Amino acid sequence: MAELTYLQAISDGLRTEMRRNDKVFLIGEDVGVYGGAFKVSLGFQEEFGPWRVIDAPLAETAILGACTGAAMMGMRPVAEMQFADFVSCAWDHLVTVAAKQRWRAGTAVPFVLRLPSGGGFSGGPFHSQNPESSFAHIPGLKCVCPATPEDAKGLLISAIEDPNPVLFFEHKHLYRRIKAEVPEERYTTPIGKARIHKEGDDLTVVTWGAMVYTAEEAAQQLDGDGVSVEIVDLRTVMPWDKAAVLESVRKTSKLLVLHEDTHTGGFGAEIVASVAEEAFEDLDAPIRRITAPDCPVPFSPPLEKAYIPQVEDVVKGLRALAEY
Amino acid sequence: MAIAREAEPVGSLTEVREAGLDREDLLGIYRNMLITRGVEERGHILYRQGKIPGSFYTGRGNEAASNGVATAMGPDDVGTPLHRDMGVHITRGVEPWKIFAQYMGKQDGPTHGRDGNVHMADAQLGMIAMVSHLPAMLPVAVGCALAFRIREERRVAVAWFGEGASARGDTHEGMTLAGTRKLPVVFVCDNNQWAYSTPTHLEFATEHVADRAQTYGFEGVVIDGTDVLAVYREAKRAIEKARSGGGPTLLECLTLRMEGHAVHDDAFYVPKVMFERWAEKDPIERYRTWLRENVGMTDDDEDEITTGVKKLLNDSLQRAEESPMPDPADLTKGVYATPEDLDTPHHK
Repeated sequence: MAELTYLQAISDGLRTEMRRNDKVFLIGEDVGVYGGAFKVSLGFQEEFGPWRVIDAPLAETAILGACTGAAMMGMRPVAEMQFADFVSCAWDHLVTVAAKQRWRAGTAVPFVLRLPSGGGFSGGPFHSQNPESSFAHIPGLKCVCPATPEDAKGLLISAIEDPNPVLFFEHKHLYRRIKAEVPEERYTTPIGKARIHKEGDDLTVVTWGAMVYTAEEAAQQLDGDGVSVEIVDLRTVMPWDKAAVLESVRKTSKLLVLHEDTHTGGFGAEIVASVAEEAFEDLDAPIRRITAPDCPVPFSPPLEKAYIPQVEDVVKGLRALAEY
Repeated sequence: MAIAREAEPVGSLTEVREAGLDREDLLGIYRNMLITRGVEERGHILYRQGKIPGSFYTGRGNEAASNGVATAMGPDDVGTPLHRDMGVHITRGVEPWKIFAQYMGKQDGPTHGRDGNVHMADAQLGMIAMVSHLPAMLPVAVGCALAFRIREERRVAVAWFGEGASARGDTHEGMTLAGTRKLPVVFVCDNNQWAYSTPTHLEFATEHVADRAQTYGFEGVVIDGTDVLAVYREAKRAIEKARSGGGPTLLECLTLRMEGHAVHDDAFYVPKVMFERWAEKDPIERYRTWLRENVGMTDDDEDEITTGVKKLLNDSLQRAEESPMPDPADLTKGVYATPEDLDTPHHK
């Protein structure tokens, strides 16, 4: 085991698959010579050459369209959007072609789209978004949102193996901040299986991505109150592990759903609706949601702090739920 | 001012032989053109009989362009034909009964009733199913070419689009990536002069769509899209150039859409004289005359071909009619692929 940052774990997973399978290639803006905007692919072009680490023109539709074509012709493309926000330029391709091709034409489209997402460093409205719920809504796409270095590597390898278009949301705020032991060998982490980040008996928090750590800090404060919080890290939002969520809710009978994306129609709404449908009688309190407000991501630090759910927001929500 | 090269018409049998076609090939092209038109004519009848749900689209007038390009493709080449390109499906061997089944939303259509009209393809025959967002398939074809280039295979992708689709960003992005990387792809613009009711001067400001090719770093060629042999010769040149590492070419096949955008559209906005002028250049009639004058196609040859086509279409219709409707119980199956779905020749 080596201690790797979240970013190094993603690089490690990608390098592992590229060494193992020469069908895997990386395409994106500045991924080659520059090593990617966040340096995930630093040194890759030297190792794999310019035809497996491809510097693309600034053309997101061409990048993803090319991934679909290459995938159908037997390759296993991995595309990088420089920022998840720019996937809007290629929304049409993902939703119109890639997502529907298997169902309507019988042709599988196995590619991975890496999406550096999330805020916390004054990236402003166009470099901070968490668009996973928009894509979780589209039948045919899978959405993966790892929180830990170990999951980042294992889920990336699973995503590359998967026969579908998989959107891999890597949270920028975790890139260099989070460091943990990661197995050196190749392994996969199953898509669709949640992970219990912290066991607890009194309250359940369901979350994913960077919010796992916000929930963890909040839960530590609740421990001081004698309230035991269970944190379910969903790991993938499409498919999502409903069984794990229901199991935890049936144990604790109180649920708080936490995400960094905006409120209305965020993926939390789906979780809340499903729990209300299937575990209503197990609940001892109304379900709570803590999310970003329904507005674009702001630039200035005090505004961004007000936008992204903070530890104190979660503590407040958990205490209210505990006292109900 | 035009920038693209204007293709020469193919006149003599010698030129055709130089392009690699013998008598049998030439008659085969004629037969495929007849099947192409026949499938769509029968489709019209099915539509009027109320057997085709939704609308119905044809490529009447585009038979030379679609069959000409498809004939020039190699067996391992791939393409993304659109709704005016029935000839590509026919030339690459799709059985007409499956097309009729597709039209009628039946279980045996290539999409099993999940998608309609020409939104279909047989991937085993090297085709990828189109979507309604027409230029969306150009970057996909470019991606096929990218795979061939990465693996250093001598294969070519052919990407179809219309002059209306040329206005969209996908076209620009796809050609930019293909041009910068010199990928083995041939872009084919079916310029039938009307994007629904919009004429060409409201879609692009150059004289030809093919004039744009120069700005992407490759050659553009304007071809009379009613001349199947001229289309074939230019497509062959472009495909073989791409195959040998020479990069993309943009071929623009100029035709007239001889019917409305779809069956519900009477095309009142197209000047009548335009239809009359282009009807004189009907691609099938034009080729038939050429065959009789240059290859000695006799009445007997013609009878044999037309009788065979008629029988094929009749049998196909009957078989398609017998196909069951899809089972709603299967509606949500296959939204996500399984590893077994990758067990195809093209995914390997």
